[in-house]
Amino acid sequence: MSSAILWAPLAFGLIGLFLPNRAVGWWATLGTVVTLGLAIAAALGFDSGSSALQYAVDEPWISGLGVDYSLGIDGLNLFLILLTAVLWVGGVAFAAFREQERPKTFYFLMLVAETATLGAFLAQDLLLFVLFFDLMLVPFYFLFGAWGHDRTAEGGPTASAATLKMIVYTLIGSLLMLVAAIATAVLAADGGHISFSLAYLNEHGLGHGSQQWIFWFFATAFLVKMPAFLLHGWMPDAYRAAPLPALVVFSGVLAKVGAYGFLRVVLPLFPDATVEFQEVILLIALASILYGSVMAFTQTNVRLIAGYSSVAQLGFITAGIFALRADGSDGAVLQMVNHGLVVAPTFVIVALLLERTGTEDIREMGGMALRAPVLAALFLIVALATLAMPGSANFVGEFYILNGLFQAKIVFAFVAISGVAMSAYYALRLYQGTMHNRPPSVQNQGLLSREIGVRDALVLVPLVLCIVGLALYPQLILERTAPKVQQTVARVQGGETPEAKLAGMSKKELEKLVTGVPDAGVRP
Amino acid sequence: MNFNEPHIDYAGISPLIALTVGVCVVLLSAVFKPLRRTAPLLTMVTLGAAAGLLIWQWDDPKTLITGALRLDDLAISISLISILTAAFCVLLSIRERATEEAGSGEYHALLLGSVLGMTMLAQATNLVTFFVALETLSIPLYILCATNLRREGSLESGLKYLIVGSIGSATLLYGMAFLYGGTGSTDFAGIAEGIARNGLDGDPLILIGIAMAAVGLAFKTSIAPFHQWTPDVYQGAPTPITSFMAVATKAAAFAVFLRFFDVALGSQLDSWQPALAALAAISILVGNVGALGQDSLKRLLGYSGIAQAGYMLGGVVVATESGTSSLVFYLAAYAFMNLAAFSVIVARERETVFGDDIRGVRGLGAERPLLAWPLTISMLALAGLPATAGFIGKLYLIEALVEGDYTWLAVFIAVGTMISLAYYLRVVAAMWMRPETEAAPGAQPVIAGASPEADPVDPEAGKRWYIAGPALLAAAATVFFGVIPQPLVDFAEHAGRSLFG
Repeated sequence: MSSAILWAPLAFGLIGLFLPNRAVGWWATLGTVVTLGLAIAAALGFDSGSSALQYAVDEPWISGLGVDYSLGIDGLNLFLILLTAVLWVGGVAFAAFREQERPKTFYFLMLVAETATLGAFLAQDLLLFVLFFDLMLVPFYFLFGAWGHDRTAEGGPTASAATLKMIVYTLIGSLLMLVAAIATAVLAADGGHISFSLAYLNEHGLGHGSQQWIFWFFATAFLVKMPAFLLHGWMPDAYRAAPLPALVVFSGVLAKVGAYGFLRVVLPLFPDATVEFQEVILLIALASILYGSVMAFTQTNVRLIAGYSSVAQLGFITAGIFALRADGSDGAVLQMVNHGLVVAPTFVIVALLLERTGTEDIREMGGMALRAPVLAALFLIVALATLAMPGSANFVGEFYILNGLFQAKIVFAFVAISGVAMSAYYALRLYQGTMHNRPPSVQNQGLLSREIGVRDALVLVPLVLCIVGLALYPQLILERTAPKVQQTVARVQGGETPEAKLAGMSKKELEKLVTGVPDAGVRP
Repeated sequence: MNFNEPHIDYAGISPLIALTVGVCVVLLSAVFKPLRRTAPLLTMVTLGAAAGLLIWQWDDPKTLITGALRLDDLAISISLISILTAAFCVLLSIRERATEEAGSGEYHALLLGSVLGMTMLAQATNLVTFFVALETLSIPLYILCATNLRREGSLESGLKYLIVGSIGSATLLYGMAFLYGGTGSTDFAGIAEGIARNGLDGDPLILIGIAMAAVGLAFKTSIAPFHQWTPDVYQGAPTPITSFMAVATKAAAFAVFLRFFDVALGSQLDSWQPALAALAAISILVGNVGALGQDSLKRLLGYSGIAQAGYMLGGVVVATESGTSSLVFYLAAYAFMNLAAFSVIVARERETVFGDDIRGVRGLGAERPLLAWPLTISMLALAGLPATAGFIGKLYLIEALVEGDYTWLAVFIAVGTMISLAYYLRVVAAMWMRPETEAAPGAQPVIAGASPEADPVDPEAGKRWYIAGPALLAAAATVFFGVIPQPLVDFAEHAGRSLFG
């Protein structure tokens, strides 16, 4: 099952290379739909009460180097896989409704990107994870560079310069991660046979000193990918250069791989370092929230408003993970899915607005709601979900995150709350600026406030329905993720003096923690 | 007085015999007019025979000619890489101007002579065979570089290579003299024994010998700071020869690097290990920084070769079995990656007026996907991106380095790779993306007709089987061994075990 999900897009992509240009878009859409079907089937058969790995595949791949072809689904990645499958259907279908230059290569790259992204989520071998993490970037490099937009007229870089910047930033992180991953395995093997299997590495912890530097190598890779404050330099240029169908999936999924990496790799493998550097990462996360929000207030390009709001949202998710409480991480996983589901339709809408107004500048848009009430209504739902309106799944997610953060670091929680307030401002600004109050300067220019077409509605409505569905029943995700998340967090969870507490804990007590026995009972 | 006929293992030296016979036959074929056109074919037959004889003796290590040579899996694997590269070079040389100017028979005989040197060098376990093989390898290459007789660049390249190569050889020879003086033996094993017997541990005599031998080998493998000749020679030489030089010479020189340092000087590990590690680091830095902003693809690959040599030197530095295996794996991967790139460069040199300039590949992705893909795969693989043999090679090397307590060098490789992205991706961007600035329409060479390259030789060159074939084959191998690396890993592990097992 895991293998089928992983390779289905690539198989469709390869066959697509031999189809006529007209058919290849639909063929690619079919490929993503099949993948989604497989992912849904996996989710239906998922045993929600278990924290164990399901649909596991484990074959030796390069036995001499200790690398296994090892995949599996558990509570951490189940919904991220579903999210990936859903958004790719949206992105590819959206592209298929439009003419593309060199369509064969375009859809081939889109589908390669899906396989690589699914691989990063599915991998249960550290090296396989690193491999897919790097591979993910390659198709987007071509997609952004060759199908992207040059911004030289606005004083920005060309598409190829923007993508070069993106790939250099991201690979700086991931190459260091490659070294760190190998170091982790070599140190854990301690002279024996090397294995990169995450299960094996979980059992063979590293010394404190090694954890410290390896932690930062991994953290850098993940923080660049998100992107977090100070490491976000590639984001504005890349977001402006990207072709919108690719950006839909890129913004929706790829940023989450970074956050997912923290949960999958960093917390379980480097618990000591995680506790030690908790506050540093929290500071970066808070800085991302504040910086992303403020930038989202001031930008005028709608892509950048959405892009910077992602920086803020990812800051939130990071803060949730590094609360190191089950609540925070539960909320983070939920919020990863939520954010993917709101940012992808936002970019679809940006694409529709661009087609109607010919601009991406929020100052030159407006008044769309009058003639396109359905589009406006859909956007309103998305915007309200973005600002985490009570009743939306985003509200639940943020609530969990803040709850976890309050228990762990109350000061940080207070600052993080301001992010919630600010998200209301930028989400509403984006909605109002595009849909309402048409500015007088553009009153009589030929703005086409066309209603959303049936074909685009086919893309947008299901995505919005997902948002609504999750708002009604967020337990769908929480129930299935909780056991694994709690197990992950329990490894690093600590009170005021985490090191002492962890050190004094026996295996049995740790197990108690997993099963949820109150804190007081395990104090040594 | 009894005279005992020495035992000669003819099976063991059969590959060398085959190559020697081949050199003579190919050279003579040029004399007979009806046979003139058959030189490439005869060369391929010779290479095939030598490869077959080598594979026949796979996994059957033996010492030949009273310890002068050792035919083990390391020697065989390195020789096979050289032979493969030579076969590619023969294909790419078809209808190459240099072949016609220098005479097809002579050109191919020299090429085979160089392969003979490499095969011998990979087996050398004695200072004398080591040096003789190195010169057998180098002298034909000095000439081959200059075979493009009517081009100033080619002659300059040949002369430069000759002078610098001779300095390298002289340094190496001087170093060998010190080692022989100290230990009284020319055998690698004898040297190791002599150091122990004479109590020369850390003796200045030995240290000077090691240092000079290292410098000599660094010249041959183009390790910085002994690399200055590389970009110029690569650029000036005929492109098929450049590809042969870039890959095969490096492979053979690294084989003897491994044997000499890990076997003969294994006991002096502490004294040469940090020095070689420093050389590797310098090489990675110099190569990668030098390649930035190069417009000539051959120069770019020259600098990239310097950096890659730095990565590979890491496999020698750790002096372990996994280090040796990783180096052999990387050399094989390096062969495929570079051959794919050079095949495309050969095609574009003949198709366009730009020679090997990066402008020659502009817009290739839309026009000629069959040429663009091999070069793209090659560049991505050289940059170490996943799903290519380059990634697995780096993984292998880094794993060996971390195991051998050289994590800092592994980090250096990662840092070097980051820098390298800037220039590898520049080539990829030129092929697939819109140019950064609108180029003047069809930028013309300075004076049309002023040099032999001014007019495209063959506008369809990229579609010919003898160019498209090697390009696609090498690219396919690069991807194949990136996805299913196990066969190549086994191959490399055999080589590693033969030295340390």
